[in-house]
Amino acid sequence: MTVGLFIPCYIDQFYPNAAIATLTLLKKLGVDVVYPTKQTCCGQPMANSGFEHLTQGCNDLFIENFSEFDYVVSPSGSCVLHIKDHLHAEKAEDKALGIRKKIYELTEFLTDVLKVEKLTASFPHKVGVHQSCHGQRGLMLAQMTELVEAPFSKPLHLLNMVQGLELIDLKRPDECCGFGGTFCVAEEAVSVKMGKDRVADHLNGGAEYITAADMSCLMHMEGILRRQNSNVKVIHIAEILNAQEF
Amino acid sequence: MSTGAKDHAQLSDIFNKDEARVDWHDETLWFVRAKRDKAAHSLPEWETLRETASQIKDNVLSNMHEYLLQFEANAEKNGIKVHWAANGEEHNKIVHSILKENGVNRIVKSKSMLTEECHLNDYLHKNDIEVIDTDLGERIVQLAEEPPSHIVLPCIHKKKEEIGELFHKHLGTLEGASDPVYLTAAARDHLREKFITRKAAITGVNFAVAETGEFVVCTNEGNADMGAHLADVHIACMGIEKLLPLRKHLSVFLRILTRSATGQPITTYSSHFKKPRPGQTMHIVLVDNGRTTQLGREDFRNSLKCIRCAACMNTCPVYRRSGGHSYHTAIAGPIGSILAPNLDMKNYADLPFASTLCGSCSNVCPVKINIHEQLYKWRQVIVKEGYADPKKAIAMKAMDFTLSNPTIYKFAGKAGRFVLKHAPFTVNNKLNLWYKHREMPEPPKQSFGEWYKQNNKND
Repeated sequence: MTVGLFIPCYIDQFYPNAAIATLTLLKKLGVDVVYPTKQTCCGQPMANSGFEHLTQGCNDLFIENFSEFDYVVSPSGSCVLHIKDHLHAEKAEDKALGIRKKIYELTEFLTDVLKVEKLTASFPHKVGVHQSCHGQRGLMLAQMTELVEAPFSKPLHLLNMVQGLELIDLKRPDECCGFGGTFCVAEEAVSVKMGKDRVADHLNGGAEYITAADMSCLMHMEGILRRQNSNVKVIHIAEILNAQEF
Repeated sequence: MSTGAKDHAQLSDIFNKDEARVDWHDETLWFVRAKRDKAAHSLPEWETLRETASQIKDNVLSNMHEYLLQFEANAEKNGIKVHWAANGEEHNKIVHSILKENGVNRIVKSKSMLTEECHLNDYLHKNDIEVIDTDLGERIVQLAEEPPSHIVLPCIHKKKEEIGELFHKHLGTLEGASDPVYLTAAARDHLREKFITRKAAITGVNFAVAETGEFVVCTNEGNADMGAHLADVHIACMGIEKLLPLRKHLSVFLRILTRSATGQPITTYSSHFKKPRPGQTMHIVLVDNGRTTQLGREDFRNSLKCIRCAACMNTCPVYRRSGGHSYHTAIAGPIGSILAPNLDMKNYADLPFASTLCGSCSNVCPVKINIHEQLYKWRQVIVKEGYADPKKAIAMKAMDFTLSNPTIYKFAGKAGRFVLKHAPFTVNNKLNLWYKHREMPEPPKQSFGEWYKQNNKND
C-alpha cells in the first residue's frame, strides 16, 4: 500500500510542523508514504468564492500528482472534502473519480483504513477539541449535535489513546469558528466575532491547547489568541498523536 | 426592506459595533436552538420524520400542478373563493379588490411571511387601508416601523426595555415599565378592540391539503383564529408550495414544525379552515411570485420544500451574530439566502456569501433541504452571471495562475513568508482585514516542501 501525502498550500507554507507530524506518524505506523513535490492547492479558496470554473488548473495538477497512489491522505478535512465533492477533469474524469474515492482525511484514514487501536503518544495537557465543520459535517468524522443519531468521533477515538491527555468540556461542542475561507475577510466582523466566541469557550473550559483535524480553523483561532496575548496554543491533531512529552 | 446600498457584510459590521448586544442576540437564539435539540432528541423517530417529510414534499414539488388544481376544486366545492396571483403585485391587487368590494378600509392580519415578501402592508397603506398586525412580535415591529428580523420570532432583536418604550409611546403604558406580563396585557387590550371592530381578516397558511381543500394555520397566540372568527371576510394568502397531498400528512408536519421552530411539541393553535361559516366569505390567494422559476432550477428547486420553521436561522452562527436585518430581505438567514437570489440576483448577490458553509442549517432542516450545498451553488451562479465584485474576480484569477504552477507557487510562498518575516508592516496594517482583529501566522523558517527536500534526499 502506497499513500500519497497531500499537504494543503497553507500548511506547507505556514504550518510545516503539522505536515511533518503527519508524515512521521504515518511512517511510524508502517505506511509507505510519498510526498509528490509538485503539489500546490486543492482549489477550494477559489471554488468556495464562486470561481469553481477557475479551478481546472489545480484539478489537473492534483490528478497528475495523486492518481497513481492506493490512497491519498491529508491533514485537512476541509481540503479533503473539497476534493471529494468537486474534483473533475473532462479529459480524465475516471482518474478524478478514483481520487475522490480514495482520498482520506488523516484521522479517518487512521480509524477506518489502518484501524488504529493503540498509539504510543503522550501529551500531558488539557486539550480542547475543535470540531471543524467540513470534517465533521462534511466527512462525518464525528456525530453532529443537530442529528438524533448514536454518538461517535474519530478524532476523539484517537485522542483517547494518548497518554496524559485531558479533554476539556465545551458549552458548544460543534459550533463553527468563523474562518470560512475568504469569508474571514469578506465578512470580517462576523468572522472575528465567531472566532472570539469559539476561543472563549475553550478558555473557559481551561484548555492549554486547542486542537483540530483542520489547520485552517486553528490558524483563525491562533490569530485571535495571539492578538489577545493568550498563552493558549493551537496544535494540529497529528502533532498530538505523534507527541512524546512526559 | 430598503437598506440603501449596504450589503450583508456592511450591515453585519454595524450590528457588531455593540458586542454586548451581539452576545445577547446570539445567546437568545442559541437558547431556542437548544430547545429544538431537546425536543428533537426526545423523539427516537426524529430522523425518520425528517426523511418522511422530505419525501412528501418531493412528491408535492414533482406534481405541483395536479395538487394545485385538486386543491382549488375541493376548496371551491367547500365554498371558498380561490384566486391565482402570478407575482406580488397581482397578489396585492387581488387582496385590495376583495377589500374594496366589501367596503372595508381597516383590517387585522395574522402572521404571513408571504405578505411580507409581497410588501402587502405598504401597498394597502398607500391605498388608504389600515392594517393591524395581530401577532405580538409583528405588532411590535410594526409600531417600531421596522420589518420583522426573524420569520417565527419577528422582534427577537428587541429587548423588553425597548418594547416598553414603544408601548409607552403608542399604547400609553407606564414610562419605564418593561415587565413582559404587564406589556403583554396592554397589547392584549389594544388588540382586542381591533379584533372586535375589524370586518376583514388576513391570515397566512402553513399547510393546504389538496385532498380536502382545507388549510391549516398554526399560531401560539390564537390571533389568526380571533381575526378570522370575528371577521365577515377571511382572506388567506399562501405560496403555492404550501400544499400537502393528504390530510394524514399533517400528522408528520405538525409534529416537526414547532419542534424545529421553538422546541414545543406543537403550536398552541393548529386551526383547520375548511369552509366559511354562514354569512362569512372566505378567500384563498395562491401566489407564485418566482416559485415556478425556482422549481425550474434543478439545483435550487428543493428550497421550495421549506415550511418556514426558522430552525436554520436559530442554528446559524452567522445569523445569530449579524441579526435578521443584515439580510435585507423578508426571509433572513440561510434559507432566505437561497430563496432571495431567485427573486433578484443582483440585489441579493451578497447573501449566498454570508455563510461559512458549516452545514448546521442542513442538519436541522426538518424537510432536509441541502441549504449549505445550495449556498455553494448559488455562489457559482452569481459569479457566472457577472454579479461578483470585480476586485474579487481579479484576485481569483491571480490565485488560479499561482496555484496552477508548482514553480510559481513555490516562489510566491517563499516570497510571502519572506515579506511576513522581514517586512511585516506591509501586511500588518488596516488595509489587511485579517489583521484588524487577528495576528498573522508566524512565518516558519522553511516550508514543508523545503524541509522534505532536505530530509528525504533518498526518496
